[in-house]
Amino acid sequence: MAHGISKAAADLRRAARDPVLLGVILLVAGSLVVFVLYPLISVGAASLDVGGGKTGFGVYRDVIRSAYLRKAFYNSLMMSTLTALVGTLIGFLFAFAVTRAKMPLSKFFNILAIIPIVSPPFIGALAIIMLFGNNGLITWNLFRIQNFPIYGFNGLFLAQVVTFFPVAYLTLKGVLESMNPVLEDAALDLGGSRWKVFTKVTLPLAFPGIASSVLLLFVETLADFGNPLILAGSKFPILSVQAYLQIVGMYDLPKGAAISVLLLVPSLIFFYAQRWLVSRRRYTTVTGKPQQSTTQIVSPGARIALFVVCLFFALVVALIYFSIVVGAFAKVWGFDHHLTLDHFKFVFGVGFKAVKDTLMIAGIATPFAGLLGMVIAFLVVRVKFPGRKFVEGVSMLSFAVPGTVIGIGYILAFNHKPLALTGTLAILLLNFVFRYIPVGIESGKALLASIDPSIEEAAVNLGADSRKTFSRITLPMILPAFFSGLVFAFVRAMTAVSAAIFLVSSRWNLMTVHIMAQVESGNLGAAAAYSLLLVLIVGAAISLIRVVLKSQYSKYGGAMLHF
Amino acid sequence: MSVRLVNITKEFADPEREGGKLVAVRDFDLEIQNGEFVTLLGPSGCGKTTTLRMIAGFEIPTIGKVWIGGKDVSNDPPNKRDTSMVFQSYAIFPHMSVEQNIGFGLELRGHPRPEISREVRQIMEVMGIAELAHRRPDQLSGGQQQRVALARAIVNRPSVLLFDEPLSNLDAKLREQMRLEIRRIQQTFKITSVYVTHDQAEAMTVSDRIVVMNKGRMMQVGTPFEIYSRPANQFVADFIGRVNLLPVVVEHAEAQRFVAVDANRRRFEAVSAASGISEGKQALLMIRPESLTVERASGATETAEAAAGQGADSRMMFAEGVIDKAVYLGSTVEYEINCGLDKPVLAVSHDPVDAGFWKSGDRVALRYSPEAAHLLPNKSE
Repeated sequence: MAHGISKAAADLRRAARDPVLLGVILLVAGSLVVFVLYPLISVGAASLDVGGGKTGFGVYRDVIRSAYLRKAFYNSLMMSTLTALVGTLIGFLFAFAVTRAKMPLSKFFNILAIIPIVSPPFIGALAIIMLFGNNGLITWNLFRIQNFPIYGFNGLFLAQVVTFFPVAYLTLKGVLESMNPVLEDAALDLGGSRWKVFTKVTLPLAFPGIASSVLLLFVETLADFGNPLILAGSKFPILSVQAYLQIVGMYDLPKGAAISVLLLVPSLIFFYAQRWLVSRRRYTTVTGKPQQSTTQIVSPGARIALFVVCLFFALVVALIYFSIVVGAFAKVWGFDHHLTLDHFKFVFGVGFKAVKDTLMIAGIATPFAGLLGMVIAFLVVRVKFPGRKFVEGVSMLSFAVPGTVIGIGYILAFNHKPLALTGTLAILLLNFVFRYIPVGIESGKALLASIDPSIEEAAVNLGADSRKTFSRITLPMILPAFFSGLVFAFVRAMTAVSAAIFLVSSRWNLMTVHIMAQVESGNLGAAAAYSLLLVLIVGAAISLIRVVLKSQYSKYGGAMLHF
Repeated sequence: MSVRLVNITKEFADPEREGGKLVAVRDFDLEIQNGEFVTLLGPSGCGKTTTLRMIAGFEIPTIGKVWIGGKDVSNDPPNKRDTSMVFQSYAIFPHMSVEQNIGFGLELRGHPRPEISREVRQIMEVMGIAELAHRRPDQLSGGQQQRVALARAIVNRPSVLLFDEPLSNLDAKLREQMRLEIRRIQQTFKITSVYVTHDQAEAMTVSDRIVVMNKGRMMQVGTPFEIYSRPANQFVADFIGRVNLLPVVVEHAEAQRFVAVDANRRRFEAVSAASGISEGKQALLMIRPESLTVERASGATETAEAAAGQGADSRMMFAEGVIDKAVYLGSTVEYEINCGLDKPVLAVSHDPVDAGFWKSGDRVALRYSPEAAHLLPNKSE
């Protein structure tokens, strides 16, 4: 212990030699405490508020006694488990098809599996209503079925699988790409049948990745808010929606907070299980660049089966986006499919404030989130200071905490002095900045760890202070990570619902929240038009960032191409 | 400018070690003269790089002070110290051209652009890399990167140049060329330099003085000749080159003339001895393999010469034995000779074509001159 203190003292002494750096550390650590930890603590405190200034577990008792909320807890866990398993299975099939099977249409599958990631998370739900709802294209126009039971388990399950299998796909694509196919070739060469090679080599090597994907999908599905709000219905309660309804519908803050805590606990458990699994990396077969195999690891029959399955799910995704596009231009969805620009007139007229607000908020939050991510990555990897682990842990927390919980935390924490921020632009910005830093931090950390620290030491040695070193040397070197942080922050800020829905106000509104409102009032055409515009803006922004990054690639030459 | 390291000890926290800390450098005390080239030499983990990093300011001594040019800089951060370092990995900024890399330090000091580009061009010409000005670092060979790193360090005209194993990533031929280059550049600009390496040949080539370190302690400070031919102890003798060590007892000790006797009552003479050698003490007689001449053994003359203490060539008998192994290396032949001692005796014969070869099994006599013999304290005592 004594040595721990003396080490901390030595670190402090070193940090004190550089006041700017010390200031940045204090500022970052302080704001993480205020804008990440404090809201969570507020949720915990509110859930223990039994009225009359007393604290206790009374609210939890009420929640647990309620059969309806017990059902919500069960439903949430069940949906998350099922979605995690099925989503990972589909994601694996896609990833395997794209990386191993030399499948025709690989590019097409890849694009269709990525589009949902950059879309608002409830777009699946919206499309499902348009296809299978009361005026659904398939249920009503095709089969003349009314009141098809799409609300509840069926619809939600479909929506969540479509929304989250791309996450599994991306994770597992990375895993399979980094696995050296020569290992599979070697197994074939040793006389294994294709099935044996798949079950004895490919699957075991990919297993940590698969397990990690299951856990990740579980956390994301559990946190999902948009899909269940639209599709769950009152007979199939889901925790995140119930927490929201308690607060927005019943004004019961303690109960909403208690439900949030029940939502938070499994999220944290599964999130840290996933982190642990990833950090162990038992099978590292990474050899640098992905390698090409010349042998055929997939038999022709298996390839056809795989192709059919992938094509089916790709068509489901395509159908979803197709119905959004058509819905945006159809006069009255389900009844009158004449083309019209009415919905866009609405979006660009009465509803345009939300578009402007969203763009402005995302536009401001994105660079801050990107920069903060890089600063934290730099501090965590390069600077020794007491509390480094704390900063790292807290900054990653927003990955694990469901948006609903954070949203409730923000309204609880920042609605009184000294930080009375409710209804302001600041509360939305702060929420977005601190929620969407983790991807930047993670990629920044990974990239920095691969860069020789003596490059930065050389700059310091030549007379650069920490600010100059960061801006002139570190940041340019981790530019690719900076950009991936920017993309993530922008996409999320544009498409966020779960936390934002608590924080919007008449002064500051968001497109996503507007879309939800249009869906609830049955105005599917306007919702589709908004969604289409949103997807197009996000797509354009990502393309722009890619173009910029590409030009930087060529400028910086091969030194950065490994990223 | 001069550099003074005053009684420096550096500890690192290390929970896995006894006492929770690792002592990287202990009681290090050294004064480096203005314009001097000093090399810190030792095996990996001996604390040489830590010492260098304390001069640069990347590490802070746990105890002790660092002075540069008569000023205590112990509490100055690296960017406030007038030192320039050449890193082992070169640490070229990957996103800047060669020219921008070299000019970075001047730019930070706020020099005007025309001056920067003039200075940069000048140093690139001195280093022979003028044509690389607009290249990106990934388009440079190892040797070119090395020159860029050196140019970047020198262009600032620092008070002290620091080298952290700068040649260890180069192939052997380039390494030999670059160490001469480094010495030439240092002589040209007369910059006080501290150089870290584990390669003794490199240390011998570039240094005015060498500090041999082991386990955080200074083992010896001296000129290359002193370090190689007059080592202070067995560690230094062993670390720098190969050596024959024979346990002896000192019979007679005066300045310039030492006589020692081995277990077989054979007498040896040496002109030098490490400190702490006195009459009656156990010691080690040190003779480098290249100081032994290999001759045909002829029983008759041998005893006479040994008794007289002088031969036809005034060289003394070291031992007689049988060649065990002969390795032909082109410019030299290396012999291992079994002389009935604990270890085989090593001898290197130069210009083998002229001197002739010995084959394994040949009986030979080994001779030495007292100038090449040196007495060391025997560690086991």
